[in-house]
Parts: sequence; C-alpha cells; structure tokens
Amino acid sequence: MAVAKQKLSVPFDYDKYLRKDKLPHIWCPGCGHGIVLKSLLRAIDNKELSKDDLCMVSGIGCSSRTPGYVDFNTLHTIHGRAFSFATGLKLAKPSLKMIIATGDGDAMAIGGNHFIHTCRRNIDMLIIVYSNAIYGMTGGQSSPTTPIGSIATTARYGNVEPPFDICEMAKAAGATFVARGTAYHTQELERTFTEALGHKGTAVVEVIDSCPIYFGRMNKQRGASEMMENIEKNGTFSVKQADKLPDEKKEGKLVRGILHRVERPEYCEQYDKLIVAKATK
Amino acid sequence: MAAKKKLMQGNEACAAGALYAGCKFYAGYPITPSTEVAEIMSVELPKIGGKFIQMEDEIASMAATIGGSLAGLKSLTATSGPGFSLKQEALGYACITEVPCVIINVMRGGPSTGYPTGPSQSDIMQAKWGTHGDHPVIALTPAYVQEILDETVRAFNLSEKYRTPVIVLFDEIVGHMREPITIPEPGDLEVVDREKPDCTPEEYKPYDDTKLIAPLAPFGDGYRFHVTGLNHSEDGFPTNNSEMIDKNNRRIMQKIDDNIDDICKNDESNLEDAEIGLFAVGSTSRSAKFSVNAAREKGIKAGLLRPLTIWPFPDKAVSELAEKCKVIIVPELNLGQMVNEVKRVAAGRCEVIGIHRVDGEPIKPAQITELIEKYS
Ligand SMILES: Cc1ncc(C[n+]2csc(CCOP(=O)(O)OP(=O)(O)O)c2C)c(N)n1
Repeated sequence: MAVAKQKLSVPFDYDKYLRKDKLPHIWCPGCGHGIVLKSLLRAIDNKELSKDDLCMVSGIGCSSRTPGYVDFNTLHTIHGRAFSFATGLKLAKPSLKMIIATGDGDAMAIGGNHFIHTCRRNIDMLIIVYSNAIYGMTGGQSSPTTPIGSIATTARYGNVEPPFDICEMAKAAGATFVARGTAYHTQELERTFTEALGHKGTAVVEVIDSCPIYFGRMNKQRGASEMMENIEKNGTFSVKQADKLPDEKKEGKLVRGILHRVERPEYCEQYDKLIVAKATK
Repeated sequence: MAAKKKLMQGNEACAAGALYAGCKFYAGYPITPSTEVAEIMSVELPKIGGKFIQMEDEIASMAATIGGSLAGLKSLTATSGPGFSLKQEALGYACITEVPCVIINVMRGGPSTGYPTGPSQSDIMQAKWGTHGDHPVIALTPAYVQEILDETVRAFNLSEKYRTPVIVLFDEIVGHMREPITIPEPGDLEVVDREKPDCTPEEYKPYDDTKLIAPLAPFGDGYRFHVTGLNHSEDGFPTNNSEMIDKNNRRIMQKIDDNIDDICKNDESNLEDAEIGLFAVGSTSRSAKFSVNAAREKGIKAGLLRPLTIWPFPDKAVSELAEKCKVIIVPELNLGQMVNEVKRVAAGRCEVIGIHRVDGEPIKPAQITELIEKYS
C-alpha cells in the first residue's frame, strides 16, 4: 500500500498520550526530538493503539528520554541495549506493541550489534532512530553518523570517519520496513510512522533531526530554524522526486520516504509456528 | 509413591531446577562449560509454552532476560567467566530496577578466555562486585548435582521474593559431573511467585517506599509504569532529589540485609567440637568433607562449614567458627577471594589460611589433609 494522504490532524490532543506531570521535558530549545514525538503520537492515534498494549523501550541519550513522557508501558534501559530488552519483552509477551526510541549513537555505535540482529530476526517492533549526527546527552561528541569534516568536541579538527547510512544498514541487516523522515516534514513523518506501525516485522524509521546546541554551534549553523531549513532545502529529497531529479541535485543529500518494504515471517510468529508446533508434537 | 531417581549431569539438573521453579523464559549465548543449560532449555521451554532465544552476545542475553521477566515470566540465563563479565552492566540494571531473574555462572578458569574446560572458583568476587555501584547481591554455591537442582529452585524463589537478580555459582567439575539424584514431585519443594499489585493502576507505585519490597506488575496488564536505571523515586521516574536517591539506594541493600537469616544457608559437618575449621564451597568443599572425615578417623577435631549462600557472606556462621577454632582453612580454586572475607570476619580471633589452586586441577583431599595434620 502506498503512503496514503491523510487529512491534517491539527488541533490534536497530545495530552491523552503524555504524562503531563513529567513535563517540562529535558530537551534543549530548538531540539527536534519533541517534534518527532508529536508526529509519533498522531500516528499512534491514527492506528487507534491501546496505551495498555504500547510498550516503549529506549537506551541512553537525549532521545532515549522519550519513554518517560508517554503514558505507555515504558522502559528506559542502558546505552545501546534497548533492542535486546525489547526482544525479551516482545517474545515473552507478543501482545505488546513495541516502539524503540534510540539515538544515532545508541543504535549505531554501542548498540550496533543488537540493531542488526534485531533487524535480522525481523521481530515485530518499530525502531525510531533520532538521527542528529552527534552525541547530544554527553555534550557533542562525534557519532557514527557525523559527516566527514564536521566538528565535534572529540573531532575538533573535523571528523575523518565516514558515517553510516542507517537505512542501508537496516535494509542490509534484514529489516522489512525501512523509511527516512525528518523533523521538518512533520506531516510526512506522521504518515510514515502510521505505515510503520501497521507493518508486521522490524520497521526502522530514521528521522533526520537537529541538535542546534552542540552540532549547530560547533558547525556554524547558529539557529534552530536555520538548521531546520537546511534539512528542507539542502538536506533531503523525497522518494517521489528521486526519479526526476538530476544526479548532481541529489549529491550529498538523503532520500526521504519509505525506502524498503517487504514481507518476511516475523520472529514471534515463527517461534510459535515452527518451534512450539514441533516441540509439542 | 517411590521417588524418581535419575542419573543427571550438573548442568542438566540446573535446567530441571529452573523448570521446576516455573521458569518460562531463557535468553543466552553459548559458552563452555555452561552450554548444556541453554541446549536443554531450548528443547524444554517450547513444550510448556515458554520461550527460548539465543541472543547475539551475553550483554543482549542479560538484557533480554530482564525484558522477559518484566513481561511477567520467570527468566533465566546461563554463562561462564567471559560471558559473566559481559553481563555485568545489565545485572546492575536488574539490581536497581528490582527485576527478578536468575543468572547461572558455571565457573571456568580465567582471567579472560582462560581455561574453558577447567574448573575454577574465581568469580566469587565478580559475583559480588562485578557491576558498578553499591548494589544488593545474592549468590548461591551448590556442590552436588542434587543441590544444583534444589538451589536453582531456591535461586528463583529468592529472586521472586526479594525482587532482585540471584546468581548461582558452581564450578565446572560440579556442572559436568553426573550423580544419581531424586527428581522432586510437584509440591515437594517450595515455589515462590512474585507478589503482584492488588491496588488500582492509578494507585500503583512500582517502588513504593512504605514497603521494603513493592509488588511488581507485569508490563501490558494495565499498570502503565516507568522503569529506569537512573536513580528514581517511588513512582519509577528519574529523580535528582538527594533524599529520595539516598532512601532508594539504602532500601535495595536493606531488603537483603534485613533478611540475612532467610537468605543464608549453610551445611555444617562436625562443627560442634571442631578445633580446626574448614570453609569451602563447590567441588572444593567435597574434598574438604573427605578430609574432615579422614581427620576424624584419626581423632583430629576438624569440621566443615559449607555455605550454600556465599553472598550475602555468612558472617554469623564464620564468626562462630572463629570463636571455637584455632585455625580456619579456606581451600578455593582461585588465588584468594573467600579467604579474605573469612579473615575479615575472624578479625584476628584465629588463624586463617588459604589453599589456592589455579592450574585447572581440583584441590584434592590430600592437599587439605596435609594442612589439617600440620595444625592438629
Ligand atoms: C555504557 C555507557 N557508555 C557511555 C555512556 C555515556 N553516554 C550517555 S548518552 C551517550 C550518547 C548518546 O548519543 P545518541 O544516542 O546519539 O543520542 P542523543 O543524546 O543525541 O539523542 C553516551 C555516550 C553511558 N551512559 N553508558
């Protein structure tokens, strides 16, 4: 199914999903993490998911603080291991609707191994990677998605390491739904999340996000809105535009939209179908 | 009805104990000499509606085990030395979040990859101090195949009762040894299930500090609560309030400290009139028992204190031993771990001497007997 256009869902009552007494959140002014969360909550509403079934698991980082603010079953774990905690929960209780909130450092550096094995198993969960190309929580060190040449507090002379492409990585590892969105294109992100939440298997959505306080300041992209505009103008193009745009206009930019969607047996279902069936024969 | 006797390997008895205790979830990563536990659980769990998963490493295994438990299933993982090292961060997470689970460590020689097929008792201190921060630890040390089964059941019981991870340590010799054991019938051994909340979800506090141990609701049953490894308040959410941080850090220790008598368990032989005391666990305690019997035949007043709970340390029993003995001999398959704890408790009241071996061979009775005779 193609990404269906949905009518604008504003005004929207976010309060019914938020733990209002836990606000204000810890995110800095201008951080995109809250925008990502709002798109997610609208998508959850579109899918009419029950708060009692929803289970949000995270690792460590600014992005990983998301579960504290949502009124679901929520688990804030240790750095990089959210996938593994979530795998245990999901396998033990398949009725849980799993959502992982993770950062580019959490998912691609310390959690890289767990990330790829989760994708390989195709266990039913939505993985949202808040991709801000920096370690936000620890104060601006380089991450596995920091572009070559960018400045970070541990790459003062410019980063020399090539970055990972999170979506390519997810696809290669076996994720059955892979998409990229941004904190700028919020309606599109809501639609992407809505599709991802309807997918059975491991769905990875990378969200291009911005960290004006650390990445922005160090890389002379001063304002939060300036950084957002940059995502819009210079950072990405949509899947639809991909065929039309000449190569030179695509260079250095990331493609947005649903990049990969296939059907493959889901882990928990396979466990019951094959293993339990054989063991109890 | 005649009791069911069976010849079993230690690791096999461990799996049998876990299943008896109601374990329904296993996540692990293969490592000698513990692998049989995983292999058996992979066969048995699906038959009873349980779940088994082989994870990508021990970090993931420990994390998934905690996840399984939070979903409400009694959860197990088994490993050995290098894998136990990898589990440490998540083990600390289980301590502070108070999620019950059982970790089996079939000890092999170290450090590092060490001696995969050789016995060792060198993770005694890692079990206590392996993860960072002050934290509660319960660790059990069975020495016989029958005991592995029984103590694995007790490990689950303590874990469920005190909402804390419980470690079972046994050395490779006992793990791979075969002995005839009695398989308990349902009802023969006590099986404890964690307390679940009986309040409404609105009233539920996962770390209610009016209680030493709050009931634990499984995820997905309508009690939508938050769990974090950060210092948290009663409701489970992170806090910077130093009073609350202090209170919670102390409470998780206190729930063990206040229940030492329930958690500690010792097997004592010939201690009443003992002048030469032996303190040993696992395979080493079997040699020690042999030496004590041999000494008694010669009229030497030797006795053995064999703890089945090594953490919390059996201070009371060791203190009594130090009162009556002129020497306590501590044979152990490491270069000196328990011996220093015994010295701490004895506090100069008697001599404390270790026998240590790290060449991958067991401590044999002759080595212990020699020392007993020297002191007699
Ligand atoms: C084992 C461990 N290593 C390091 C840290 C320190 N640490 C906390 S957050 C973080 C990076 C988070 O970056 P990212 O995942 O990109 O998330 P962001 O904060 O940018 O949202 C690090 C290295 C930790 N908490 N645990």
